[in-house]
Amino acid sequence: MNGPQCRHFTMDLKLPIYLDNNATTPMDPRVLEAMLPYFTENFGNAASRNHSFGWVAEEAVDYAREQVAKLIGADPKEIIFTSGATEADNLAIKGVFEMYASKGNHIITLTTEHKAVLDTCKHVEKMGGEVTYLGVQQDGLVDLAELEAAIRPETILIAIMYGNNEVGVLQPVREIATLAKKHGILFFTDATQAVGKVPVDVLKDGIDLMAFSGHKMYGPKGVGAFYVRRKNPRVKVTAQMDGGGHERGMRSGTLNVPGIVGFGKACELCMQEMEQEAARLSKMRDRLEAGLMALEEAYVNGNTEHRLPHVANISFKYVEGEGLMMGFNKDIALSSGSACTSASLEPSYVLKALGLGDDLAHSSLRFGLGRFTTDEQIDFTINAVSKTVLKLREMSPLWEMWKEGVDLEKIEWAHH
Amino acid sequence: MAYSDKVLDHYHNPQNVGTLDKAKANVGTGLVGAPECGDVMRLQIEVDEATGLISDAKFKTFGCGSAIASSSLATEWLKGKTVDQALEIDNMDIVEELALPPVKIHCSVLAEDAIKAAINDYRVKNGMEALVEEKAHH
Ligand SMILES: Cc1ncc(COP(=O)(O)O)c(C=O)c1O
Repeated sequence: MNGPQCRHFTMDLKLPIYLDNNATTPMDPRVLEAMLPYFTENFGNAASRNHSFGWVAEEAVDYAREQVAKLIGADPKEIIFTSGATEADNLAIKGVFEMYASKGNHIITLTTEHKAVLDTCKHVEKMGGEVTYLGVQQDGLVDLAELEAAIRPETILIAIMYGNNEVGVLQPVREIATLAKKHGILFFTDATQAVGKVPVDVLKDGIDLMAFSGHKMYGPKGVGAFYVRRKNPRVKVTAQMDGGGHERGMRSGTLNVPGIVGFGKACELCMQEMEQEAARLSKMRDRLEAGLMALEEAYVNGNTEHRLPHVANISFKYVEGEGLMMGFNKDIALSSGSACTSASLEPSYVLKALGLGDDLAHSSLRFGLGRFTTDEQIDFTINAVSKTVLKLREMSPLWEMWKEGVDLEKIEWAHH
Repeated sequence: MAYSDKVLDHYHNPQNVGTLDKAKANVGTGLVGAPECGDVMRLQIEVDEATGLISDAKFKTFGCGSAIASSSLATEWLKGKTVDQALEIDNMDIVEELALPPVKIHCSVLAEDAIKAAINDYRVKNGMEALVEEKAHH
């Protein structure tokens, strides 16, 4: 029943198709290859200073630190290895809040941030901090005038993500950085979805602190990086993990050497291949989008000009996201903003922040393309999603009412 | 989350999708749920006036697979029952038949509500007393 049965699709197409690359990416085999020796023969502790096992490990970490730094235009000394972006988000926000307590206690962020930022801000509020959660415009971008107006004398940090994980919109990072600098405020960006996908340069972009993660860029899970600027200005954060004083005291804990080696390799590959990859993926994404937008009442969510090359978030009005995915989730893996797919009963807070009604938020699918996505997979997806949308609309009372010209806004729905 | 085979079967081969003429006196229509909540069910029954049996039932549902399956199953169960028998369909019967997990129980509740709403509409249209809500679900 699932998917088209046309023979030319099934020839060399391996199912299921993975289109959830914003959740995580498969690891590049070249990354795995680089990592393997560091699980076995090169197993040393990078902090062991007195023997060759330690030196080999330390050398590998130093090399990876250079690979990571190079991708974002940083100095290797500015890279702190962490367990991922969540930890780096925590370290940035809590670390700045503690370190700069004498300067102020106010942080500005967006309602569309990842939970790792939002929940950390909530924690800071409990510790006596004040946080402004700015809404976004309909296209998902921050309003710079609104941002500037939110700045207070006590503001110490602006925390705004680089690229959004649900809709893919890219915030005006350089303008935000300029604003922050003008007011003497630090600028932290969660660039987990952007690094390795679009050029990110901490100097040109004016970033003071940044978080990103290995597993979103074809590297391993459980490893990420925290960038902390050392010059103009020299930024300091209070450690959130105390212990042996690793990573210049900012993040104690024995380094995950194989993970770091893999992360470094993943950064190097992105550095080499990002440009062609982005061009290839955005072409594919645009084709997917055009194919699906041929359906009636389909809407792309978020700004389509300032957007990550590999993401499309589309609402198919009058069908519900989870019901929709069920039509093809045997063959295609992707995400929905529908409440039914999440642990909470609310639809995506990001889509709601863009001003989408709950009905449209419930009807959304997020397509996340990646390095291993092929044209055949895109063809298959356009076909399978379109067929399911049409089928479910035939089953949808809302579609029928809309077709009959009933104004759904005017109906008094029995709310639960 | 994995779906039960029965949910999958109803989802892929839904029974009694469609629309009955709601202008007819012997057709009762129930529309429950809300688009903002992510599910809306419309369930209709047609009563054979000679026998008093539900001769046809149709549904259309906007919602997840479990909501679609619950309404498809409800229409199957309704056919051939008297209106009074239909009132006895309990949401927990649907939960059991479809093996719905706890997070999907609301889908079965909605289906029961839709049955009641359709019957109510039929009763009111035919000069009978409206049903009083006996179960507070929400
Ligand atoms: C924007 C953003 N920030 C943070 C994270 C968390 O990253 P990690 O899994 O490395 O902790 C993610 C991934 O879900 C993300 O998309």
